[in-house]
Amino acid sequence: MNIAQTIAEIDIPWLALTGGMLIGLATALFLLANGRIAGISGIVGGIVGGLMHLSWRDLDWRLAFVLGLVVSALVWQQFFNLPAVQIQASDMMLVIAGVLVGFGTRLGSGCTSGHGVCGIARLSPRSIAATVMFMSTGFAVVYLLRHVIV
Amino acid sequence: MRKSIVLFTALISGLVFGFGLILSGMVNPAIVLAFLDVAGQWNPSLLWVMGGAVAVSAVAFFIARRRSVSFLGLPVNVPTSSVIDRRLLAGSFLFGAGWGTAGFCPGPALVMAGTGSEKAILFVIAMLAGMLLFEIAGHARKSSAAS
Repeated sequence: MNIAQTIAEIDIPWLALTGGMLIGLATALFLLANGRIAGISGIVGGIVGGLMHLSWRDLDWRLAFVLGLVVSALVWQQFFNLPAVQIQASDMMLVIAGVLVGFGTRLGSGCTSGHGVCGIARLSPRSIAATVMFMSTGFAVVYLLRHVIV
Repeated sequence: MRKSIVLFTALISGLVFGFGLILSGMVNPAIVLAFLDVAGQWNPSLLWVMGGAVAVSAVAFFIARRRSVSFLGLPVNVPTSSVIDRRLLAGSFLFGAGWGTAGFCPGPALVMAGTGSEKAILFVIAMLAGMLLFEIAGHARKSSAAS
């Protein structure tokens, strides 16, 4: 764990930066080709809402985008190794977190991709406010869970 | 013909987005939580990821701003609202609380669910339930306002 963390600390800045640029490239392609914001909660929420209201408009490209995302790790594995992933949260925590993320991103009209990347890239005051809010809440919750409650 | 190109570019966008999340390490909740843990062993990599992503997308938004249709002839749908209201802040608060609890946001969770990770699949199912709850709540509010 400590060795992995040390290696991660040496390697991550470059991998993080190029990985981030790939995310930017995907966002750019989606915007310039499809004319859409690559906001993942909005795309997935649109599928959920569409199915609930039996409206099939925009369902096809939303599903195509999500399919690309879901198979990305499988495609990646054909060429490279997947990085180690540690999911430490208990099942109960994962369920609570999932419901909060699903409901919250729909109520707040965006997540890390829609507000954090696309919104900040176009300097939207609304997205900057949203990002400050979800990030500071994230800081506070992790502080509570790791350093106060324990 | 046009339709299949649109679906193809959507698929490739999702795929490349996933590659970016994998390469950057953001599919690993432990790295995300290490960023959010300012009082622990702070890992700033999330900021680098956002910086790289924002820099490249900013160029795309600059190009898109000068066009009324995309390169495939579709309307460019960029949000225009700049209202910072209670709904935006309350939603982002709830999202941040969930993000800090598990270290997952929607993109990485979907990528990891694709690998068959049971924990990621559990998170995604709960997330879809949360989204459905939002639709039901919105529907209920709309019908009570109408009656």
